[in-house]
Amino acid sequence: MTQNSIMNLSCPMPTLDFDVITLGHGSGGVLTNRLLESGVFNLLKNPLLDTHHDGAVFELSGKLAFSTDSYVISPIFFPGGNIGELAVNGTVNDLAMCGAIPKYLSLSFIIEEGLPMTEFWEILVSIKNAAEKAGVQIVTGDTKVVEKGKGDKIFINTSGIGQVHPNAQISSKNIKIGDKIIVSGHIATHGIAIMSVREGLDFETHIVSDTTNLNHTVKALLDSFGAEIHLFRDPTRGGVATVLNEIARDCGLGINILQKQIPVLDEVFGACELLGLDPLYVANEGVFMTIVSAEIADDFVKKLTEFENGKDAAIIGEVVSEHPKQVILTSKIGGKRVVNMLVGEQLPRIC
Amino acid sequence: MKFLSEYRTPELVEQYLDEIKKTVTRPWTIMEVCGGQTHSLVKNGLLNLLPKEVQMVHGPGCPVCVTPLNLIDKAVYLAEEKGVILCSFGDMIRVPGSKRSLLESKARGADVRILYSPLEAVKLAQQNPDREVVFFAVGFETTAPANALSVLFAQKLGLKNYSILASHVLVPPAIEAVMDDKTARIQAFLAAGHVCAIMGIGQYYDLVEKYDIPIVVTGFEPVDLLQGILMTVKQLEAGQANLENQYSRIVKPEGNLEAIKVIEQVFEVTDREWRGLGTIPMSGWEVKDELSDFDANKKFSVNIAKASECADCIAGLVLKGIKKPFECSQFGKNCTPEKPLGAPMVSSEGACAAYFHYANVEIL
Repeated sequence: MTQNSIMNLSCPMPTLDFDVITLGHGSGGVLTNRLLESGVFNLLKNPLLDTHHDGAVFELSGKLAFSTDSYVISPIFFPGGNIGELAVNGTVNDLAMCGAIPKYLSLSFIIEEGLPMTEFWEILVSIKNAAEKAGVQIVTGDTKVVEKGKGDKIFINTSGIGQVHPNAQISSKNIKIGDKIIVSGHIATHGIAIMSVREGLDFETHIVSDTTNLNHTVKALLDSFGAEIHLFRDPTRGGVATVLNEIARDCGLGINILQKQIPVLDEVFGACELLGLDPLYVANEGVFMTIVSAEIADDFVKKLTEFENGKDAAIIGEVVSEHPKQVILTSKIGGKRVVNMLVGEQLPRIC
Repeated sequence: MKFLSEYRTPELVEQYLDEIKKTVTRPWTIMEVCGGQTHSLVKNGLLNLLPKEVQMVHGPGCPVCVTPLNLIDKAVYLAEEKGVILCSFGDMIRVPGSKRSLLESKARGADVRILYSPLEAVKLAQQNPDREVVFFAVGFETTAPANALSVLFAQKLGLKNYSILASHVLVPPAIEAVMDDKTARIQAFLAAGHVCAIMGIGQYYDLVEKYDIPIVVTGFEPVDLLQGILMTVKQLEAGQANLENQYSRIVKPEGNLEAIKVIEQVFEVTDREWRGLGTIPMSGWEVKDELSDFDANKKFSVNIAKASECADCIAGLVLKGIKKPFECSQFGKNCTPEKPLGAPMVSSEGACAAYFHYANVEIL
């Protein structure tokens, strides 16, 4: 939690009557109002939120994208971030993957009573910072408090609306044989960062989550390459392998990937070896996959590497006519194997 | 990554493959004992790079696969009925018992925790003095030292609420069981490198002599496996039967003496039931009588009716290398990792799961 202490200084926590969140803070009465007024509304201030209405009223034109996601991560603070920025980045990125420019978010908390007020404040501050960085406004929301033992510290739901980029033609129907598959950066980093601090699994590492917003990068790519981009996907839960399988299934074509081209940080690779996990199935944040026409693939990667969150981008494979709906990996030593979808949760092996 | 990437070098892999191809003149059937080796062969696509004369069959060395049904039922019972904190390695919790797996127990509210080390379970016992903590101690010789150490730690700390549900199995008796089954037709073995790192290689001389077969102690990386296969094929082609150690960078002939000492303090040899293989005499370890306070088998009197295995599952034949996973009528149909009929489809070390995840008939 120490990495956010500077933010705390710039957004000092208001004086509140309680050290922890209580059931009263979700009752809708005085405590709720005080928490909202001095906390949420004050921090996330914008004209639409300031109306304090039951919902936000606004105008948006053109083709829209709408997405929702719930965040239940444990632990809520992890190396490189916390549940707050994850909740903003996650929905912002889901909209970006639709080829949209995210505009407005809703924000709902389900808090377990007893959450320290300082932790709630720290989460709020990182929500504010993440929203500013992504250029989105939080315009409506909700706060509920549940009894101790009925939740896990804090759950957050965000929904978002964005305007689809005029050049975007994102659909698995547009994928064709020969298209290149690109990842925007090192895979598996976020999942391993979280796992390193899970109870019973904690190991010493410098790996930090790469959670970030991808919308500005995606917009720039759409500005330059438009309809040549056939698909964006963020390989969060289930990892790269699961997304590739979904793509192969949806477009009815085969996918070949080369293990040696897939960027994985050395430390992450080492941790995966230790825990018996395959990086292809580990969760990601701050990484996206895209499928583009072969003709522009090299230029696309060149452009992508200009961005901080795309500097390690690489072409990892292509779409083929053989083995329809199946993903085949060529291992570093030249052997071939099937890459299937993740089944259940990835669990560390015995020995 | 040091000590890993060197053993995954494409150039070296190619050299060894070339040499195997040059050496082999007729078909040979070699069993890799350990599930970790099976996994590496399939995951790295080595099976389709080997010449067709070299037939690899997959052995019983998957601890999750051979843990008896009855013991899983017992673990489920302890978690659900006795209210213990049941701790386990990750892949064990998905293995189906006769009623359900530990994962399903967890979903129904039992306190089941996935740990990476039994010493973490001792810590849990310290932190929860009013709860019983049981560690599900499965595995071959490899995991035994840490499991034994957890008992010694708990004893030293004076903990009364820690015990292990031990189901340790041993490799050499399993090799004997495979060789004694005349339908198995194995001509050589790659022994499990990590097991030998603990126990040394002494026990394997007798097996080489008794069955007149080559045994090569082998590691887990692609280059290790290919070197082990080459050493085996050379012996087979020359009509020899020797014990060799490919994994000498890790395996000392005498093993890890400190680890063996810890094992001997806590465990003694016993007959053990292997799921799919039946009872093999003197093939497992149980907690010694004088430490029975730390033996969940004795601490909690649990009488679980012996349930029968799913009739359609041919796990026993797969574990002995008599059948390949593909040859099972249920493979990929009624038996998948989401809904496994037998343990080899569950564990990441299990042959059926390895084939399901990484291989297809066309590629092989």
